Amino acid sequence: MGFQPIKFYQTGTYTVGNRLLSPDQRSVQADEARSNSINSGHRACQGCGEALGARYAIDAAMAESHGQLIAVNATGCLEVFSTPYPESSWQVPWIHSVFGNAPAVATGIAAAMKVKGRTDVRVVAQGGDGGTTDIGFGCLSGMFERNDDVLYICYDNEAYMNTGVQRSSATPPAARTATTMPVGPEPGNPFGQGKNLPEIAMAHGIPYVATATVADLRDLEYKVRRAMRMHGARYIHLFVPCPLGWGTASHDTIRIARLAKESGLFPVFEAEHGEVTSVLKIRRKVGVEEYLLPQKRFAHLFGSHPHPEMVSRIQEIAERNIRKYGLLDEEAA
Amino acid sequence: MLKQIEGSKAVAEAVALCRPEVICAYPISPQTHIVEALGEMVKSQRLSPCEYINVESEFAAMSVSIGASAAGARAYTATASQGLLFMTEAVYNAAGLGLPIVMTVANRAIGAPINIWNDHSDSLSQRDSGWMQLFAENNQEAVDLHIQAFRLAEELSMPIMVCMDGYILTHAFERVDIPSQEEVDAYLPPFEPRQVLDPSEPITIGAMVGPEAFMEVKYLAHAKQMQAIERIPELASEFRSVFGRENGGLVRTYRVEDAETVIVAMGSVIGTIKDVVDEMRDEGHRIGVLTIVSYRPFPLEQVRSALLHCKRFLVLEKSLAVGMGGILATDVRMAVTGAGLMGYTAIAGLGGRPIFKSQLHPLFRQAEKEELPPVTFLDLDWEAVNRQLERERQTRRSGPVAENILHDKGIVSAKFG
Repeated sequence: MGFQPIKFYQTGTYTVGNRLLSPDQRSVQADEARSNSINSGHRACQGCGEALGARYAIDAAMAESHGQLIAVNATGCLEVFSTPYPESSWQVPWIHSVFGNAPAVATGIAAAMKVKGRTDVRVVAQGGDGGTTDIGFGCLSGMFERNDDVLYICYDNEAYMNTGVQRSSATPPAARTATTMPVGPEPGNPFGQGKNLPEIAMAHGIPYVATATVADLRDLEYKVRRAMRMHGARYIHLFVPCPLGWGTASHDTIRIARLAKESGLFPVFEAEHGEVTSVLKIRRKVGVEEYLLPQKRFAHLFGSHPHPEMVSRIQEIAERNIRKYGLLDEEAA
Repeated sequence: MLKQIEGSKAVAEAVALCRPEVICAYPISPQTHIVEALGEMVKSQRLSPCEYINVESEFAAMSVSIGASAAGARAYTATASQGLLFMTEAVYNAAGLGLPIVMTVANRAIGAPINIWNDHSDSLSQRDSGWMQLFAENNQEAVDLHIQAFRLAEELSMPIMVCMDGYILTHAFERVDIPSQEEVDAYLPPFEPRQVLDPSEPITIGAMVGPEAFMEVKYLAHAKQMQAIERIPELASEFRSVFGRENGGLVRTYRVEDAETVIVAMGSVIGTIKDVVDEMRDEGHRIGVLTIVSYRPFPLEQVRSALLHCKRFLVLEKSLAVGMGGILATDVRMAVTGAGLMGYTAIAGLGGRPIFKSQLHPLFRQAEKEELPPVTFLDLDWEAVNRQLERERQTRRSGPVAENILHDKGIVSAKFG
């Protein structure tokens, strides 16, 4: 990373701030060396977590691959807002085929590069949670199982946002979506197991699995670069709030992502060959209410007809995550 | 080199001679022997450099092919029947993106009822996908069509299905002339993609296209196939000059010179039809055969000029447009619009029902006398059909159709095994 003359703190973040770091450790938004793989001018909503996450992830992958990168995209918001013909935001070679096949298309590209002896060219595939945990799941599992040389990044905003906020298998319990409306005795998405893709990825025994949120972009960059230094199938699951689908303020995207991590609802960790190798500890634990309250998709849990029992069940999920991953220091000890 | 060889093995040899760089394999009968043979060639490094990928579904097989082709590699896969349907979304996508993938379709029926035997329902279901479809009459033609297919696909940057009858061709041992590597190299240049994912020259492939440009993109796919109408005969003639064999082309005629009745068909059944036509010719019947090699693009003009001088034609097809009649017949009738010919359709051989000369003789004679209904179902057991229809009239819960028919006929599928 290049030198950033303007120094700033991210207020309330507990990060030390760029000015206390050496230049090579600094995270910079604008820099001549930055590849700007997704250029400005795309049509993402204001405060889109996915656009931010993709910008940091793909730029980090570009940096680590020395610009020798090919990107694959599943159908979804990222694909649509970045390539309304004849415009394209992509400064990297990029292909979109269909909704459910991004991992397989990436496998094909990786195979082509291998057969042509272009081992310097690396392949990243990306999709939303619908494209990853639902319709693309078969292809993704196949790519994992064969250990194809692909980094797959899932931008998880917990529903099908591109089609108008319908439920996916990554939608959390109680959340309002267009297909899990907040009506009836148990409003919103039913409580259940959902589909925990990072753990399913780990069960494939692939070299690297990591989760991250857009609240900690430096952590994301580190994980992408780490993944890019490895070969074989790698998976990064990135938590990206969606102001439109979640009913949150555009300026709250980072805060919401941070609360997801700090409440324990979204564990941030790394795993290698199926075993957790590191977790990002909770800095200041918050109750799940603090995370749920700013989101209109959970509004039916509060207000005049509240559902405290559902909030408690969500809190239980957070506590289980905290125990399971040792997200609090005392838990780990 | 002349070999007594299974059709699938022969096709695998031909594909290997075309130097594919990425091969995707997913098992579905009756194409399995092709990818099995190719897998062994790659594993033993006889075919190198080549990446052979055992994928988890046909949808993935086509998707991996799409990625490989977009990255500039010569990509090949094979499928049939349910597999072709399972990959349909990616099949359309490959054509829409203009990626010159070559795929063997070992033609097989589509369920339900599940059936592994030959008819043309599978590839014909993809007729509007933008893929070209070439039909082989025998295993020599299957070999030769694959070599021509890579050349044509890459020239036009459009994908091609080479269709060969499942089991009848794929599992038949025939004498096949397998060309030499030098011959194939002389005919098929290395793949020079029109578009390629390359970090040194980044492009976006597969952008979202709205109403302002979609029609033009789709028309261009049509225009490519119209170009193929020109190129297919040229490539077949160039093939003849390199390999000394005549195969491919748009259509082929057999004894049509003074024919009053012409039988139109595709694939391996042409052999049986030719034998019947020879026998009828010996008896003085003025009858001939028109073989459709290129089903897509459909050679309207060539079909028209081949049929223009006859009085009537009979399209014998191994496919059924349910609720309408023939699929191929519709195209043939379109070709002779306004020519004042009598046209008949015979649906035959569905789900592997054998087509015998003894059945074709009376069928062709009836056509000659213009005594056929517009659509005939060859060898249909009307008794079994009527019994089931009656059963459905009598009982609301009449049960599963296929099982009832099998019960009535007193046979079990194992007898076909």
